Amino acid sequence: MITWIPVGHVDDIPRLGARVVKSPGGDIAVFRTEGDEIFALYDRCPHQGGPLSQGIVHGKAVACPLHNWTIDLTTGGVVGPDEGCTRVVPVTVTDGRIAIALDVEAEATGTDG
Amino acid sequence: MSNPRPKLVMIGNGMAGMRAVEEILSRDADAFDISVYGAEPAVNYNRIMLSPVLAGEKRFDEIILNDRDWYDRNGVTLHAGVRVATIDRNAKCVVPADGQPEAYDRLIIATGSEPFVIPVPGRDLDGVRTFRDMDDVNAMLEATNRYRNAVVIGGGLLGLEAASGLRQRGMTVTVVHLMDVLMERQLDEAAGFLLKRELEGRGITVLTGANTKELLGNGRVGAVRLEDGREIPAELVVMAAGIRPSTALARDAGLEVERGIVVDDHLRTSDPHISAVGECVQHRGQTYGLVAPLFEMGKVLADQLTGHADTVYEGSVANTKLKVSGVDVFSLGDFAGGGDTEDIVFRDAARGVYKRVVLQDDRVRGAVLYGDTADGAWYVQLLKDGTDISSYRDTLIFGRACTEGRPRDPRAAVADLADEAEICGCNGVCKGEIVSAIAAKGLSSVQEVRTHTKASSSCGSCTGLVEQLLSLTLGGDYAPAEVQSMCGCTGHGHDDVRRLIVAKGLTSIPEVMQELEWTTATGCPSCRPALNYYLLCANPGTYRDDAQSRFINERAHANIQKNGTYSVVPRMWGGLTNAAELRAIADVVDKFAIPTVKVTGGQRIDLLGVRKEDLPAVWADLSQAGLVSGHAYGKAVRTVKTCVGQEWCRFGTQRSMDMGVQIEKLCWGSWTPHKVKMAVSGCPRNCAEATIKDFGVVAVDSGWELHVGGNGGITVRVTDLLCKVETQEEVLEYCGAFLQLYREHARYLERTAPWVERVGLEFVKARIVEDADSRRALFTRFLESQEHAQTDPWRQRAEDDVDAHEFTPLAVVA
Repeated sequence: MITWIPVGHVDDIPRLGARVVKSPGGDIAVFRTEGDEIFALYDRCPHQGGPLSQGIVHGKAVACPLHNWTIDLTTGGVVGPDEGCTRVVPVTVTDGRIAIALDVEAEATGTDG
Repeated sequence: MSNPRPKLVMIGNGMAGMRAVEEILSRDADAFDISVYGAEPAVNYNRIMLSPVLAGEKRFDEIILNDRDWYDRNGVTLHAGVRVATIDRNAKCVVPADGQPEAYDRLIIATGSEPFVIPVPGRDLDGVRTFRDMDDVNAMLEATNRYRNAVVIGGGLLGLEAASGLRQRGMTVTVVHLMDVLMERQLDEAAGFLLKRELEGRGITVLTGANTKELLGNGRVGAVRLEDGREIPAELVVMAAGIRPSTALARDAGLEVERGIVVDDHLRTSDPHISAVGECVQHRGQTYGLVAPLFEMGKVLADQLTGHADTVYEGSVANTKLKVSGVDVFSLGDFAGGGDTEDIVFRDAARGVYKRVVLQDDRVRGAVLYGDTADGAWYVQLLKDGTDISSYRDTLIFGRACTEGRPRDPRAAVADLADEAEICGCNGVCKGEIVSAIAAKGLSSVQEVRTHTKASSSCGSCTGLVEQLLSLTLGGDYAPAEVQSMCGCTGHGHDDVRRLIVAKGLTSIPEVMQELEWTTATGCPSCRPALNYYLLCANPGTYRDDAQSRFINERAHANIQKNGTYSVVPRMWGGLTNAAELRAIADVVDKFAIPTVKVTGGQRIDLLGVRKEDLPAVWADLSQAGLVSGHAYGKAVRTVKTCVGQEWCRFGTQRSMDMGVQIEKLCWGSWTPHKVKMAVSGCPRNCAEATIKDFGVVAVDSGWELHVGGNGGITVRVTDLLCKVETQEEVLEYCGAFLQLYREHARYLERTAPWVERVGLEFVKARIVEDADSRRALFTRFLESQEHAQTDPWRQRAEDDVDAHEFTPLAVVA
């Protein structure tokens, strides 16, 4: 069952930065762009599982800290010559409050991690 | 191969013919067995570049398009210096003037054109030449050595280029032009006037409306007599009164010929086995004497012959650029005006700029540009595409940048600088000095600017800016060298960005991106860390470090590992430690279950596999024992490795451990373009391996040898000896000065080894060794910068909650 889970406020994340949400299905990276847009992705680079939350955010993309693959925040897809995709987590922002959509039961049992 | 390949014979080894051959080879290298006949003995060369050869700006070997080797490599048989006498269409073969007939399946005629020699008495005298091939150029060059006066008959494109070249070679030159306007086929009256004035300013006499009556002389020409009776002395006369398609061969073979060899849209002549390209053809009533249409024909013909019969040639829009250096003239299409055409005209008298765009039904039909031809290609495109320009008619004449709102000229940032802005930091030369020297002394190269102003003569990092100033001051006369841009977000190179940050007093990344016209909103992972460093270096103490522009290691003050955990390396001054520190480390390892403890090459201990959330607590415990960050994660001063030296070693000549500790205490915390590793050895046995460090100190009996620019990484580089000093104080001063020089001059991510190689050891010596004032100034700046740098980032995070968000999750979902 999909549940919207409040995770914090836009101001909790630095501009052009990210924070991590710990969940039973794995870490989720929540990004904030220069224009205060919020995106969420599973915190694993499709290349070798690098923590995307630790990368440099630029435009609407993040560069993985391990090998500099660039991931599009809107799609989770790899930008450029490489291929791969990171799962996108739906996110909403209401009055600055961020909520992400998780399938809690699947998360808990790890069936859709 | 069962059947022999069809035989393709090309008559003409010039630009049009050979371009067609190249196009055919690029589509299907094995389609034909190809033979080429060229009347000239030379290989194929770029005929339109004969003018620069005449002017001495290029050598013949620089304008060769296809050398002998090319023909061999591509299996093309070249008959150079062999003139084809006849074409036997019935037997389908060509007959050379002396040689065996050669059969063809397909024949291409690319005989080009012949200069038109006006039929006046004396035209056969020695010293009367045309301007068509390398023979002509050689004859003219010989004349420039032996004679003084030249007359060029014809003030068209070719004639003016010849006149300009001969003038540059030192001859007294007169242009005799029948019409009232120079280049009347390409220019209107206004542009023709500007051009005339420019050429006269260069010492060329221009006579318009002048009709040549005869050439006088006995054996060799001595003068030109005009119809009005004037006589102009001339030991060299260049006939440049136009060209005629070279059609005799085709005419004799019975092909349809009018002004040129008549071809259809498939470039076929009246014989379907014979095609023609280039200046010899007449297509839809037009003949062409410019290079672009010839190339367009070559492509179509190649398509035709390799089975893409659907492409057709529909004629070309002629556009011309005069190849006289320093004269920017461009013309395009139909600019006669009148009828239902409209003109848009722009003039800037002070700059000698004239632009005219001719419109019909809101579409570009032609253009004449004088003095500023940058937008020529844009107008060509608008004309070719038949673009409706009504929506930007207001700005059309100001060019593409203005109309499309594209980023301004990259030189704009330099143009905006105040006169007192410093361009060359090494020699303290400001913009105003350089600009006025360029103008007053007629400087035209970076080398001349260096000689006269000293700007760019030292480290060379401002060369790009000097080039832009030359370009701004001289206009189209100056083509700056290519600069490797910092990244895809900007056209500026690293050196330019650094200089402009200082010259414009920029203080933040968004300000740099705005002022230097970054093409991306927030930069990229390449430029942001570089800008952060440059700003930090330029504004010590006042710059607000942008954590989000730092790589994660520098943001988290630990090294990220492949599994997302971090490593922690406390500083061990000079490689020394003690029981309390080791005990604290051991306790931390136990308490946080740190899986790996490793001794590093830099004489300290690495704790690997620490979870990010644990970092502040680990640091808190280490801080208790007095341990601080080792900056093992940063583009920063890392370690100072030492041997035990005179303190213990029986060979030691100086106290190397103590020296190492002092250097590390001086330098720790400094951010640098790339990592910096140092070492101190207590004797020339060099157990600390100081000669592969960025800064290495080797003790000798009488003092200390200082070595710089070493590296032990992928490319091992042994240091260069900078100098020898006597005291520990001197070692510290030289060390700080060297680091500051590196900090201020190297490009981001450039280690000292490649940096020293790039700027040269002499540059470093001149500032550190030979100039005591310069050394002290550098050292003072280093100390100022260190005042703001020597705060332990671990303690700040462990005790003062700095950047707490970095180490705690945003939320935990149960």
